[in-house]
Amino acid sequence: MVSFVNEKLKKAALEVQEYVRLVAAAFHALVTPPRYRHDIVEQLDMIGAGSLTVVLLTGFFTGAALASQSGLTLDQFGARPVVGRLVSASMIKELGPVLTALMLTGRIGSGIAAELGSMMVTDQINALRALGTDPIRKLVVPRMVAGVLMAPVLTVISDFVGIVGGWIVARFQLQVASSIYWSSITKALYMQDVWMGLIKPFVLGFVIVTIACHVGLRTSGGTQGVGKATTVAVVAGSVAVIAVDFFVTQILINLIY
Amino acid sequence: MNLPAPAQTAAQILDEPGAPVIVFDHVQLAFDDKVVLRDLTFTLIKGHTKIILGASGSGKSTALKIITGLLRADAGVVWVNGQRVDQLTEAQMMAVRADLGMIFQEGALFDSLTVRENVGYKLYEETNMPIADVDRRVEEVLGFIGLGEFINRMPSELSGGQRRRVAIARAMAFKPRILLYDEATTGLDPITATTVDDEIIKLRDLEGVSSIVVTHQLRDAFYVATHMAVRGRDGTVEIVPATPAKERQAEFIMLRDGLICFEGDADALRRSTDPYIQTFLS
Repeated sequence: MVSFVNEKLKKAALEVQEYVRLVAAAFHALVTPPRYRHDIVEQLDMIGAGSLTVVLLTGFFTGAALASQSGLTLDQFGARPVVGRLVSASMIKELGPVLTALMLTGRIGSGIAAELGSMMVTDQINALRALGTDPIRKLVVPRMVAGVLMAPVLTVISDFVGIVGGWIVARFQLQVASSIYWSSITKALYMQDVWMGLIKPFVLGFVIVTIACHVGLRTSGGTQGVGKATTVAVVAGSVAVIAVDFFVTQILINLIY
Repeated sequence: MNLPAPAQTAAQILDEPGAPVIVFDHVQLAFDDKVVLRDLTFTLIKGHTKIILGASGSGKSTALKIITGLLRADAGVVWVNGQRVDQLTEAQMMAVRADLGMIFQEGALFDSLTVRENVGYKLYEETNMPIADVDRRVEEVLGFIGLGEFINRMPSELSGGQRRRVAIARAMAFKPRILLYDEATTGLDPITATTVDDEIIKLRDLEGVSSIVVTHQLRDAFYVATHMAVRGRDGTVEIVPATPAKERQAEFIMLRDGLICFEGDADALRRSTDPYIQTFLS
């Protein structure tokens, strides 16, 4: 039993060590030439534009459901008109960043792990190295840059469509006037909330992509290994998003509120 | 103290016929408890072919990966083109790899790139060569291996043999002087395998490439060792039986449990009375 726990701990420590090494190498590659700019543009398109539909749908329905649920609770206090305040605060501070990050983990994290994993098991990564290309510069850095830059953009879009979804429910189901809904949003929106909602996605985007790259580049065991890597990337990425969100929230509350 | 100037530099030595381009000196490698290479020592002479035979897991592919720096030996010394490479960092290895081409098992072509982009990958991405020149070189090497009409296809649209030949084209596009073939014909039918073998022979005899061929396909190993490419007066290339002198330029190594159990030419391999080799050859 002790040896089993020891093995598990050693394995976990090794994974953390390799992850840190990958991140360090990626930062070094980010600030030193050569850089593969066209790969960065390609990844910005794949991660940003490619994830737009799923983020729009998720944000819209989350905002709508939030307004619907909040309406019921607020009715108990006769506070239905402040539904906009609740929707905007929840979406901008918490649900927008976290749900967008979770959607990105499902779509981007799995895709990156599967792509890099397939390249590992078919020797394409070794072929890259043999041809004089550093896989971290070519594959990890463009994805990391795109993830860090596009996660906030997608989060802002998600926040907005979520608030629009909430407005539709507030207007047509809860019978709250549009002017009251929108004014309650602007009144309740503090700059600290906006900073909270903007800073988190940078960190979450970084975490999602680097975990997926790490898992993908450590894939072994053929097609079965690729499937396993994809699952691990999504599970580890999702758990990391929730956990990192908590810690970043604590840090930001202490720093900006 | 002034040291006397060396009579020849490493580059000058490497320019001469018979120069050693790859040297393995008592190389050892183990993965955890599994010893892959116990004590491997051999030399590849410029313009020659070294054919490494052995059963699966005998360490053949591992040796190639050590040469390219994809794996690092636990002990021993490895020289490539006069440079000691066994202690180089990944960044330092990039310069060594500029003169090394490797053909991987199954080809390892980049799925998302066309044949043109695969073949010209290094020139497009890692050099400042003008695009028009790269395109010309890609068309030239694809013409050399007879796949010019497949230039805009994706790897998934190619047969197994065509993929291997495109992999050879990719490895030769930047004109390396050393090519390493890792099971380049494994899994191919005999006719397709022969077309790949012909490319190996043509590169060796017409382009002067030194090569290490790792395989367990005896038919292909002997074919490469016992044939040579000649260019006719009309420019056509023919594969003909090798002269005895040419045949001696193809040296066989047989690995068994990470050790060399045979080293010699094709004739000596056929005449070997070693029971393991006899079993392998039968």
